Amino acid sequence: MAETTLNGFEAKEAHQNGLRGVAADWSSDQRAFKSASWGKAMMWIFLLSDTFVFSCFLLAYMTVRMSTVEPWPNASEVFALHIAGADIPLILIAIMTFVLISSSGTMAMAVNFAYRRNRSATVALLLATALLGAAFVGMQAFEWTKLITEGVRPWGNPWGAPQFGATFFMITGFHGTHVTFGVIFLLIVAFKVWRGEYDRGERGFFTTRRGDYEHVEIMGLYWHFVDLVWVFIFAFFYLW
Amino acid sequence: MATHTEQTGHGYSQTAIAAHAESQQHPIRIYLIVWFWLFVLSACSYLIDYIGLQGMLRWSLIITFMLLKAGLIVAVFMHMVWERLALVYAILLPPLAVLVFVIIMAIESDYTALTRMMSFVNGG
Repeated sequence: MAETTLNGFEAKEAHQNGLRGVAADWSSDQRAFKSASWGKAMMWIFLLSDTFVFSCFLLAYMTVRMSTVEPWPNASEVFALHIAGADIPLILIAIMTFVLISSSGTMAMAVNFAYRRNRSATVALLLATALLGAAFVGMQAFEWTKLITEGVRPWGNPWGAPQFGATFFMITGFHGTHVTFGVIFLLIVAFKVWRGEYDRGERGFFTTRRGDYEHVEIMGLYWHFVDLVWVFIFAFFYLW
Repeated sequence: MATHTEQTGHGYSQTAIAAHAESQQHPIRIYLIVWFWLFVLSACSYLIDYIGLQGMLRWSLIITFMLLKAGLIVAVFMHMVWERLALVYAILLPPLAVLVFVIIMAIESDYTALTRMMSFVNGG
């Protein structure tokens, strides 16, 4: 494991493992996260705070759904699409799930190729990820349009409990915003890889720290988190 | 490494990052296997709804597939299995507090539903 000390020399001693390692890392009077760089640890801590944000949304959804005395609209029917003369339940959501999982796969491959210093493959995979993400947001816009034309509002809907619309727009809207920002940052990272900025270690416009191929992995952490949140939304909001 | 001495002022050495980068270098095969299983698990979750399973069987299967998918993404795609335990615990333990919150809110919403039903039946 690499170790950064204040004088820049790599520490030679091996780190302990297991619970003793946890105690040693946290009490080492230096950095607690020996294997993760500054940027990566900060991304993880941001993702932890984002976990709480989404948890609170899903908890609020659970609370209103458990306490309402009106029947909850059947997601299977609400999100069905009429294709080839038959109503297929939840089909749009299933396609969105597969699109997002595919984008997670291409992102993981992009991280791998970035560490292999294969720039063209990394750029292609990052662009593929961004394209799949944009497709996801497009389908979500279609879904919102469909539901709004059918009369779903944050304060009511034609099928039952009025809280359905409020939780639907809040949860999917917040997630869609995350995907949108992810697509923007994917394009920025792809552009930087394409120009070879991480090879030359050019300074970033925001932090003025030197760029590194680890940025692709940090971008990947965010993107996989967006996919992770969708796993929970899919289970609790659409399937439950 | 040329950039090494330049970076020491920041306590942020390129060699450390490079050595770290090598530690997150894994065979592509493992990503493809995880990707494949994510597809299978997603298809299974969709089938729950398509077949129309109901009750406890439906809920337990939804939770099982959800946790398996989340575990695969965090462990392999987000490289959590290759991080040190100090980071793993710092990130994965705090969300457990959410479970306590779930229990509190479940009790609270049960009570709310009960009072609502009583007031609707008795006319307020």
